[in-house]
Amino acid sequence: MASSTIIPSSSAFIKKDVGLSAFSSQHSFYIRSSKKRACKKIASVMAPQQSERKPSTTGSVKTGSTMTEKILARASEKTQLVPGENVWVNVDVLMTHDVCGPGVIGNFKKEFGENAKVWDREKVVIIPDHYIFTTDERANRNVDILRDFCTEQNIKYFYDIKDLGNFKANPDYKGVCHIALAQEGHCRPGEVLLGTDSHTCTAGAFGQFATGIGNTDAGFVLGAGKLLLKVPPTLRFVMDGEMPDYLLAKDLILQIIGEISVAGATYKAMEFVGNTVESLTMEERMTLCNMVVEAGGKNGVVPADNTTYKYLEDKTTLPYEPVYSDGQARFLSEYRFDISKLEPLVAKPHSPDNRALARECKDVKIDRVYIGSCTGGKTEDFMAAAKVFLASGKKVKVPTFLVPATQKVWMDVYSLPVPGSGGKTCSQIFEEAGCDTPASPSCGACLGGPRDTYARMNEPLVCVSTTNRNFPGRMGHKEGQIYLASPYTAAASALTGFVTDPREFLQ
Amino acid sequence: MAATATATTLSEPSAFKLVSHRPVSSSLSAFSSLKLHSAANSPNYSLKSQLTTQQHRHIGTPIRSTTTTPAVASTVTTFHGLCYVVGDNIDTDQIIPAEYLTLVPSKPDEYEKLGSYAFIGLPSSYETRFIEPGETKSKYSIVIGGDNFGCGSSREHAPVALGASGVAAVVAESYARIFFRNSVATGEVYPLESEGRLCEECRTGDVVTIELGESDCKLINHTTGKEYKLKPIGDAGPVIEAGGIFAYARKTGMIPSP
Repeated sequence: MASSTIIPSSSAFIKKDVGLSAFSSQHSFYIRSSKKRACKKIASVMAPQQSERKPSTTGSVKTGSTMTEKILARASEKTQLVPGENVWVNVDVLMTHDVCGPGVIGNFKKEFGENAKVWDREKVVIIPDHYIFTTDERANRNVDILRDFCTEQNIKYFYDIKDLGNFKANPDYKGVCHIALAQEGHCRPGEVLLGTDSHTCTAGAFGQFATGIGNTDAGFVLGAGKLLLKVPPTLRFVMDGEMPDYLLAKDLILQIIGEISVAGATYKAMEFVGNTVESLTMEERMTLCNMVVEAGGKNGVVPADNTTYKYLEDKTTLPYEPVYSDGQARFLSEYRFDISKLEPLVAKPHSPDNRALARECKDVKIDRVYIGSCTGGKTEDFMAAAKVFLASGKKVKVPTFLVPATQKVWMDVYSLPVPGSGGKTCSQIFEEAGCDTPASPSCGACLGGPRDTYARMNEPLVCVSTTNRNFPGRMGHKEGQIYLASPYTAAASALTGFVTDPREFLQ
Repeated sequence: MAATATATTLSEPSAFKLVSHRPVSSSLSAFSSLKLHSAANSPNYSLKSQLTTQQHRHIGTPIRSTTTTPAVASTVTTFHGLCYVVGDNIDTDQIIPAEYLTLVPSKPDEYEKLGSYAFIGLPSSYETRFIEPGETKSKYSIVIGGDNFGCGSSREHAPVALGASGVAAVVAESYARIFFRNSVATGEVYPLESEGRLCEECRTGDVVTIELGESDCKLINHTTGKEYKLKPIGDAGPVIEAGGIFAYARKTGMIPSP
């Protein structure tokens, strides 16, 4: 499909299928859990446990583990795990928000009793963010349900909003949960974070296991502090090469999803390594991990390093212990990319794997541009967009909507100087370029939401968006067309009124 | 809630409404092994009262739910009804668009409302709508899809909306992980996997029967007269039948009753 039209980027990509021999041990393990995998060759590397003696006490680790396996092993108090095993995992943080929280609370009360207490009031993080700035009564009621519950349970981390007229009057209010989790220090290497939102996988950027769950599972975690999880096998993505200055992490993940499809990582972990990944900032790593669910992935993970520790310095005082994949860890397959050869990409309607080069879509006329969400509404995303507007010195040709993910991002947009601008802030540059005034932080129109949501697509328009999904109806209108793109590409497109390669302005 | 939900689903007449099906004989044989999934729990349940076409007058008095062949101890869970066919990558926004997520599934009245919006997000290219205008339930009790059904959001509202609308089972080539898990955890719908592309073999409105035996799972399309093998649901089956993980855990003594 799209791949056939992408000669340059395909050449930057090599898939290495690890041979059967390298997996013989894994195949023998698969027998236990999956009948689908008929095994012809049984070559067990780890002998069946004969006695109480645990491998750790012998001092010899016989097989390597991936970091996802190690995190889950530690959280389930096991020495070692292999993909396919089902284990009870202790949860370090459970996050929920206004869309799923009320249902989670309902399930918790029904199943554990009206007077039940949550398993740990300091490990539950509740973040209203989806439907906040709306007059929808039920949406407002849902935030009230969260507030009542947090008061009753004395939940330590509840980022409340009461004054909908002015978000700045709510010092506790943060905004988009996945970004708030990171900014408030709830994401820590080596931990397990579960959330009632598919983009909970964003936190994998911190070298932790993070995945989305449903209300019923979350209701269980709320009462029990643990959940039965299946250990996923890991796909490894090695990205090397200097990243050209017209690319962003969004291009990398669109490249990967285009390569493996929207179901290419179903039930699997996606581990991102290589010198390109090492050079990425935390926010960029979050973009990368944020969209693993768009490939069907269970979790995404980036090994923690100095960039991670530095980000965490002023955010958490809790001790954490990072883990790393062993040299002999078994990966289901390994993909290699030479990032220096990549070009700016988009995902065309109506699927995140419908990849194309931005320049190939230059004839696609657009009606609007949207910059926001957990994927593309972080401080650096707005900085990137501002950089393009600054370089062009021109005005946008289509309505351009800006929705900072959190209150902190909003503050940054209004206060941080954009490099090379002579001290101008993003907000000043956006104003000069004719963009809409940055809106109150929330999930906004990324997922449509109530009818009165700011920038919601209430008509069948064509939109270039820095968000994460473009299935029919995602931003509000079933016949709307969404082109997913990086903030660079989104800003460039706003300036021309067509899908535009940012190199037109950045070079 | 789960128990109420199941009862509602099953006592919903349309779920078992039979419209123009042939050959008659094959559908009758299908009925002979009809278990009507948990319907025995619903005291007022009567299959007869739900059959609308005259062709079935001769079936006679209510068919009990657990039809067990005396010689064999195994039971067969059976679903029978009209199917609704969708394609690949049906994401959660098409199953239940985000604007309806203000409805809280654990509240019974809002649960019902969620059902009335099931599949409202499908593009207009789906000319036959899943729920007729003015109706709150669907006449289709079986959904047939392609690859990666339920991808996208982790919203549990998706399997809940399907279950609340009257869907008993989804048959797809493959599922997105969270949708599958949520279907089992809530016990709302059976997420069954087909071996081939049934979404190209069946058409919306076809009369189908699903039989989940212990060793043999199949889908019979009475409209075309064809039969297809389904992959076994395994240990997830009893969890869904119980009404979800909490109900199952109580039933099996894993957790105490409140």
